[in-house]
Amino acid sequence: MPNIQPYQNPTYFLILGVALLPIMIGMLFGKKLHWYQTLISFAFLVLTFGGVKWEQGIALIGYIVFEVCLIGLYHLYRKKKNATWVFCSAVILAIIPLVIVKVTPAFENGRASLIGFLGISYLTFKVVQMIMEIRDGIIKEFRPWLILQFLLFFPTISSGPIDRYRRFTKDYNTTITRDKYLNMLDKGVWYIFLGFLYKFILAYFFGSRLEPMVEQLALSHGGMSWWVVAYMYVYSMDLFFDFAGYSLFAVGISYFMGIETPMNFNRPFKAHNIKDFWNRWHMTLSFWFRDYIYMRLVFFIMKNKLIKSRITIANLGYLTLFLIMGFWHGLTWYYIVYGIFHACAIILCDAWLRFKKKHQAHIPSNKFTEGLAIFITFNTVCFSFLIFSGFLNVLFFHGALN
Amino acid sequence: MKDQVIEILQNLTGSDEVGKDLDVNLFESGLLDSMGTVQLLLELQSQCGIDVPVSEFERSEWDTPNKIIAKVENMQ
Repeated sequence: MPNIQPYQNPTYFLILGVALLPIMIGMLFGKKLHWYQTLISFAFLVLTFGGVKWEQGIALIGYIVFEVCLIGLYHLYRKKKNATWVFCSAVILAIIPLVIVKVTPAFENGRASLIGFLGISYLTFKVVQMIMEIRDGIIKEFRPWLILQFLLFFPTISSGPIDRYRRFTKDYNTTITRDKYLNMLDKGVWYIFLGFLYKFILAYFFGSRLEPMVEQLALSHGGMSWWVVAYMYVYSMDLFFDFAGYSLFAVGISYFMGIETPMNFNRPFKAHNIKDFWNRWHMTLSFWFRDYIYMRLVFFIMKNKLIKSRITIANLGYLTLFLIMGFWHGLTWYYIVYGIFHACAIILCDAWLRFKKKHQAHIPSNKFTEGLAIFITFNTVCFSFLIFSGFLNVLFFHGALN
Repeated sequence: MKDQVIEILQNLTGSDEVGKDLDVNLFESGLLDSMGTVQLLLELQSQCGIDVPVSEFERSEWDTPNKIIAKVENMQ
């Protein structure tokens, strides 16, 4: 059986284009072919998780059965009672598979966990979100079929963007007018071609051409050198164009299927400060962390009056959020330092914004200061990506091996 | 009710602007952030007696004083 990873090569896009044709024709006539969509979704999941990756396929099935049962049971419980410990247990149970997958390599010499599969993080974000909204009484019904459609929506299964259950199901169940659909097709085509430019030209140039060269130069020079700085910029460009390109494909294909999956990037390198940056970079992830961790933690602390100072609460929230984000990336020192670095950056940023508000009259604001702000933010972010890349780990601790 | 919401917003943002322009975008203008949002939800709960869970808070539906007033009036 063949195995094709999503959005990796022209064949995938070709098969996808043909497979999506009936859906597109149906949509143009105001009909949603849900049964056909389910069929091709299944086929594409088999392409991604079948063949040589069959072990991942089994892991995915096991994971889905477990999580859907968990959601169902929690929903059943929530209809009658609402104890905090049951809610917390449900969330912990939901993330246990992900925790095992993330922790295993650190203890098994880098070997991947057997229960892992491509995209487990993104599915976990979706499940936890559902459990929290069931607790809030916002998701009232347990509809396993819709939940499966939401969790297993194949254009976004491997790396997001992370959609929201209520938003997704609304799109899934609404028929759209021809005009609106033509508009979506228009955008979808634009996103996909922009994605080609990002992923197959720019990310290829930075990631596959420049990066190995700069990496070799930096390693042969050893220690800190200008080549490390060059590596920092090249890696940052590769990271952005690769991920933004991938996200554009996922959003574009979703649009073809009548689902307005939210965008993941909004010109992040134009950000004026770190806070602004996180509103533009990997947005569905940062908004997830904002809505389901930061805001809930702040709400809990303020409601129970655990800490008085608003500044302390906000800072504690940032630290928690970015530490969790760091651990989520993986159990290595550089992911965790990356998290702490961003927490510190955003805490500093908040302090600066408060200072600026107080002394508004005396702080100049013009094209030059704006450019300076963008320049500082860009370099801070690129430096954080250098930490994130793990290159410093190689440079400092394993340089001799290369 | 309207005045009460405006007063809450003025206290939270520390600015009179929210009272003058009821269509100002609170998030884009930097008047409100996640922290301010949580405070807003808590104030609405204690002062107006309306319960808005964090999940219900969709930024685009709450981003101007007018929208917030409409929401609050709707939920009473």
